[in-house]
Amino acid sequence: MNWGVLQFPGSCDERDALHACELADQSSGGQSRLVWHEETDLSGLDGIIVPGGFSYGDYLRAGAIARFAPAMTAVADFANAGGPVLGICNGFQVLCESGLLPGALLTNEEMRFICRQGDLIVTEAESPFLSELEPGETISIPIKHQSGRYFAPPEMLERIEANNQVAFRYGEGHNVNGSLNDIAGVTNEAGNVLGLMPHPEHAVDAFTGSTDGLKLFRGPAGINA
Amino acid sequence: MSKHRELGLTDDEFELIQKKMRRDPNDVELAMFSLLWSEHCAYKHSKKLLANLPTEGPRVVMGPGENAGAVDIGSGYSIAFKVESHNHPSAVEPFQGAATGVGGILRDVIALGARPIAILDSLRFGELDTERTRYLVDGVVGGIGHYGNSMGIPTVGGEIYFEPPYEQNCLVNAMCVGIARTDEMVRAAATGPGNKVVLFGAKTGRDGIGGASVLASAELEEGDASKRPTVQIGDPFEESKVLECCQELLASDLLVSLQDLGAAGLTSSAGEMASAGGTGIDIDVGLVPLREADMEPFEIMVSESQERMLAVVEPSLVDEVLAICTKWQTDSAVIGEVTDSGDFRILRNGETVGEIPVDHLVDGCPLYDLSPEEPAEWIYGNRVTLREGADASEITLSLLSAASIASKRWAYEQYDTLVGSRTVHRAGAADAAVLNIPESDRAIAISIDGNGRRVACSPHTGTIEATLECAANLACVGAEPLGVTNCLNFGNPEKPTVAWQLSQSVAGLAEACNGLGLPVVGGNVSLYNETPSGPIYPTPVIGMVGELPDIEHCAGQPWQDGDWVALVGPFNPSLAGSELEKARGMLGNGLPDIEIEPVRAAIELVRDGVRSGKLRTVSDVSDGGIVTQLSEMALGSGIGCDVSLDPVIVQHNCSPEDALFGEGPGGFIVAGDRQSIELLGGQGVQIELLGRVTGNEIRIAAGDSLVDILVAEARAAFESLPRRIEA
Repeated sequence: MNWGVLQFPGSCDERDALHACELADQSSGGQSRLVWHEETDLSGLDGIIVPGGFSYGDYLRAGAIARFAPAMTAVADFANAGGPVLGICNGFQVLCESGLLPGALLTNEEMRFICRQGDLIVTEAESPFLSELEPGETISIPIKHQSGRYFAPPEMLERIEANNQVAFRYGEGHNVNGSLNDIAGVTNEAGNVLGLMPHPEHAVDAFTGSTDGLKLFRGPAGINA
Repeated sequence: MSKHRELGLTDDEFELIQKKMRRDPNDVELAMFSLLWSEHCAYKHSKKLLANLPTEGPRVVMGPGENAGAVDIGSGYSIAFKVESHNHPSAVEPFQGAATGVGGILRDVIALGARPIAILDSLRFGELDTERTRYLVDGVVGGIGHYGNSMGIPTVGGEIYFEPPYEQNCLVNAMCVGIARTDEMVRAAATGPGNKVVLFGAKTGRDGIGGASVLASAELEEGDASKRPTVQIGDPFEESKVLECCQELLASDLLVSLQDLGAAGLTSSAGEMASAGGTGIDIDVGLVPLREADMEPFEIMVSESQERMLAVVEPSLVDEVLAICTKWQTDSAVIGEVTDSGDFRILRNGETVGEIPVDHLVDGCPLYDLSPEEPAEWIYGNRVTLREGADASEITLSLLSAASIASKRWAYEQYDTLVGSRTVHRAGAADAAVLNIPESDRAIAISIDGNGRRVACSPHTGTIEATLECAANLACVGAEPLGVTNCLNFGNPEKPTVAWQLSQSVAGLAEACNGLGLPVVGGNVSLYNETPSGPIYPTPVIGMVGELPDIEHCAGQPWQDGDWVALVGPFNPSLAGSELEKARGMLGNGLPDIEIEPVRAAIELVRDGVRSGKLRTVSDVSDGGIVTQLSEMALGSGIGCDVSLDPVIVQHNCSPEDALFGEGPGGFIVAGDRQSIELLGGQGVQIELLGRVTGNEIRIAAGDSLVDILVAEARAAFESLPRRIEA
């Protein structure tokens, strides 16, 4: 699997995401690489990751500027053609801002940055990123963000719940930001675009205490194979 | 008041400037002198003392005098590190003061050609019962998180102490650790006359004018809120671009040298680069990208606007350098040239507005001898916070909830501890942070420490203890120390008591480093930490970096039900300077003397035990003594213990209370199977079996005293900080 990991000015976790892609894909000899925010040619890439960080400093609203990057136009085309796109943390915010995912991420209820290991519960949603996970399974993934409170207007929330677009919920006692319905991650209607606030790319090495994150990165390859 | 005094220069210093210049300096030159001859830049009260520190060793790649120190970790890589203070800015404006403190130390490491991989912080505040302290804590922790998190550099460790003498003058010391290819590291010397000087990063504005002289090199006073304009505003997004830009410039081998702009801005960076290169330098302020068009030359030369770097570039490579800056959306401009004149010349649009021989400016400041005098009595006062007649259980709960001992989870959960994918032991998980370094197939461990109260009791012994504590922390994760950095936070050195504290402390640091065979590769001095109510506790903050062969053996595991518990090392508990003595309001001068060699032997025994895999659970005894350490270990696993400290009482002929709550260097609590613990012995290091891990109670007997509390009670006390900070 050839992953492309976007890099905006102010991205922080792009190398970590690239590392996760490489670890997940050790056997197939895929060529994953960083994609500069000005690039528009994504040919040769099988999947896209919009990584965590503080693109453009998040000085306006998290993800609000990055959505206008030339690379994001290409990512939208890639997603609309059915390509797998994973947004992590700031990447989730960018995908919501760009309309590829429903809803929005607001400042945490306690108004502070929170960094903590968290339990996520896998739902019934359909997505290539969930193909290696079982509905109801609990995975341990680090949470670290300042603006991760998932919000959607009532009708939209009802719709995404009805469509099984909620991909992950925080386990009991782990909804650290006040997200509606404990939502930690959602997919688009087709399921090929998934965004989540917690960081699966920081749960890929045994020494970090969990390798549960690898399963997300392995998912799309399993589908393609 | 005459102008030079307003700028912080003494009459004698001004006369010396006139003599060296053979004329009166103009306004631009005077402003430049006032900064580079400030305590903050010239180290005029500490330089002579610091000359006594050992600085050499086989692993030293860069030592004092460079932007940061660096040690070799093999396979062509080095670890660069340094700790620096941002105390007065944080006392005046905590959020931005702390944020820019982090930004500044990151740039020091970036300037060396390294990529920062970790931040640690050492913070000191007054007691939590005042609104001012809570405001400072909230702002400082928020500011550190804001900058480090936004930059994508993990904050992996640190320490916070709460003591009354820091109430008005808090301490914010930030340490940065970076990794670099040894052959790609750059020095900060302007060489090659004709080479161009390129300024890149943020635009230059009016922020931070006079920060190094007016704010950092004077005591804090009433009404210092008016000094807020001397505090800079941090922009971590800009710095993140500057970091990536520097990495690309260095990887492309486009730079002759690189220097960050910190205290005293362009004056200091350009002056020091010329001094290090033995050259001269011309800077045209008309070429500097400005935030405000009408800035005066002196303002441009002394501005402390953040997120700026200065590079020396061969003329033929300038276009390539500017193009990479543009790629990273950061401003850049050629603002001058290296010359062979030996002069630092300031021009505005080609016309000279100031000219100072580099050596007068950078090395001409007079160095002062101190007039130390040992104080006859304890100068810091005492407060009673513990009920008289409290029994051992009550004392234990009181110590676990003492702000300096209680869990700092509230703070470290506001920091990204993971970004970069190197963090093996997260904050709160072990005695030292451990970072994976796959580049050289090993790991590093980092510790930062400095208990000001104990240093106040005995500056010499207290500083030795702080250094040993760092080495002990590293041993607990199996790491061998490679080098030391330090930040010396003291009061006004012109006062005899502070002068005595400073000279005693530096002597202690030298003795400890010599005793451990460790080089000091860099550091920082922060003086005048003093308000009308007196000086802070003398606070040398020691930062230490060590290496360990592999992350499979770095301990840090909670103890298990049924484990044996033992005390390892020559630990000789004493209540002098302890948390308990503080709570009883009985602090006074003096700590028991230390023999370094037996402590060193214990440190090596523990390190080898961890490395060999025999030790999985080990922690060193520090604040609050054995009881506090055992309680913290019980909290780490949720399982209690049943132990007796009678062997300690017999061994050291001490009181039950000394054994329970006494402090001092050289003690480790280890837990594991009995055979592994007993196998550690045989190297002349004491090992005393104390009891077993079991149940849901912490039971610690000592003579006729007994601590008997539930693990749950201990947890409630230990986790009590958030509600007190947010009160």
